Amino acid sequence: MVGSSKRIIIVAGHFGTGKTNVSVSLALASASRGSVIIDLDTVNPYFRAADSVPELRAAGVRTIIPEYSNTNVDIPTLPPEIASVFFSDETAIFDVGGDDGAAALGVYERDISRVGYEMLYVINMYRLLIADPEDAVAVMREIEGYSRLRFTGIVNNSNLGAETTRETVAASVSYAECVSKLTGLPVVFTSVIGDARAPEGVENVFVMDDHTKKLF
Amino acid sequence: MKGNEAIAEAAINAGCLYYFGYPITPQTEISEYMAKRMPKVGGLCLQAESEIAAVNMLLGASASGTRAMTSSSSPGISLKSEGISYLVGSDLPAVVVNVQRGGPGLGGIQPSQADYYQATKAYGHGDMHLIVLAPSTVQEMATLTGEAFDLADIYRTPVIILADGAIGQMMEPVDFSERKPRELPEKTWATCGHRGARKHNIVNSLLMEPEELERSIRDRFERYRKIEENEVMCEKYMTDDADIVVVAFGIAARIAKTAAQIARSRGVKAGVLRPITLWPFPNKEISALADTAKAFLSVELSMGQMVTDVKLACECRRPVDFFGRTGGVIPAPADVAEKLCAMSRELSI
Repeated sequence: MVGSSKRIIIVAGHFGTGKTNVSVSLALASASRGSVIIDLDTVNPYFRAADSVPELRAAGVRTIIPEYSNTNVDIPTLPPEIASVFFSDETAIFDVGGDDGAAALGVYERDISRVGYEMLYVINMYRLLIADPEDAVAVMREIEGYSRLRFTGIVNNSNLGAETTRETVAASVSYAECVSKLTGLPVVFTSVIGDARAPEGVENVFVMDDHTKKLF
Repeated sequence: MKGNEAIAEAAINAGCLYYFGYPITPQTEISEYMAKRMPKVGGLCLQAESEIAAVNMLLGASASGTRAMTSSSSPGISLKSEGISYLVGSDLPAVVVNVQRGGPGLGGIQPSQADYYQATKAYGHGDMHLIVLAPSTVQEMATLTGEAFDLADIYRTPVIILADGAIGQMMEPVDFSERKPRELPEKTWATCGHRGARKHNIVNSLLMEPEELERSIRDRFERYRKIEENEVMCEKYMTDDADIVVVAFGIAARIAKTAAQIARSRGVKAGVLRPITLWPFPNKEISALADTAKAFLSVELSMGQMVTDVKLACECRRPVDFFGRTGGVIPAPADVAEKLCAMSRELSI
């Protein structure tokens, strides 16, 4: 996946599936070729790509973050420099807000379609509202409606936070396959935090670091 | 799952059939989750026209004997306070969730614990108390919500879940089978329709005769006494040999535990007492610790509110210090540990 031919990679899905960690990891993985991450989460002021700015910038990733993010006036603004990604050679990773937060993405539908994109649907079997594959598909269709864009692949990021084990991930493989079958979209990769959680016998495992803000 | 979702799912598991809300960060996921789940379980999720409308809808639903809940965040809870007092005056069980953010006024949208005074002393006018539960993990968001519904029914009182933006937004695994439901009294007072089979019930908080009102308040305070006797909950963490006991609730307790570990690695024997019920407050437990510990430190996401109750609980037999950040700033464990080490030096502990 990390070697995708498309210049724009959109990471979207149900809220709390781990989209931001996937986005930040993808941006870091493609930093050497030049990458930019766009924090497009206009829905929720907590736990967002803006939290990882120092790390991203240190790795050479350009960051486009709403001006007031992580302040007490965190308001849903779309920085004008987002337009720059449609005219550059960088790999652009869009970290989209959960569920109806994808409406913000719809603003750029024409530019995104013109440049060409991959849109990844991040799923986590352990999220109650999408634990049923059919519900996961329903949420996916809603997001497509909000964003006016079509998903091109699935990312299986099934996890239970710190309690995730290799077995937790392995148990989600058939769930991801079921969502894949229902939608006709390929499972592009299975993402895990740390080597130790990579399930055996699963193709295309993307090992990430944990970029979630720690409070204590 | 998210802390806010855990509250919503736990409420549904507890048989809550009516949820009345109004969106406000950082608790909106409760409304969103209810909107998706309630129709599937035959319940109702209604976005009211205001917080005030929502709390009064809660009063009506509760009077019918059904389990019902409302939720908001700090400024919205202020709007609900009149309704909360009416719920108390009507002896109605209900669950009210406050996922706190910064104040006063519109304040900010980041986590805070600055509604401690409001929750434990002043959620409404009149002679009254409320049971206030303070979850510290996403698991507890679920367990204490279930517990809140049971306590509300047993004691015929509104119960407050006093959470904060951090726990509301945080994600941790939850096991919904962890809590055992309690034995509940029959709701003989409910106005649920009876086709003339009995004398009709009236739910009301207006009592015309002063003596009658006094009697009803005294009856309620008799229940408060039982609550204080039976329902205090707290957690002790490394307190047995602790010289300094940190008292902290909710998210601050998570920070305090890490801080106590750091302090111990630097030779300062620290422990944590975490009140789970903020009312009733664990006075006996703190008083007992005052026999063994040499000092207390209250750690809060405020300018210092619970610290007053800690002083009262230990009857000022030991020095009680305070450390906190406010306005949405979360104290770092290292800063709390530094404070513990400084106290240890100053008090020669």
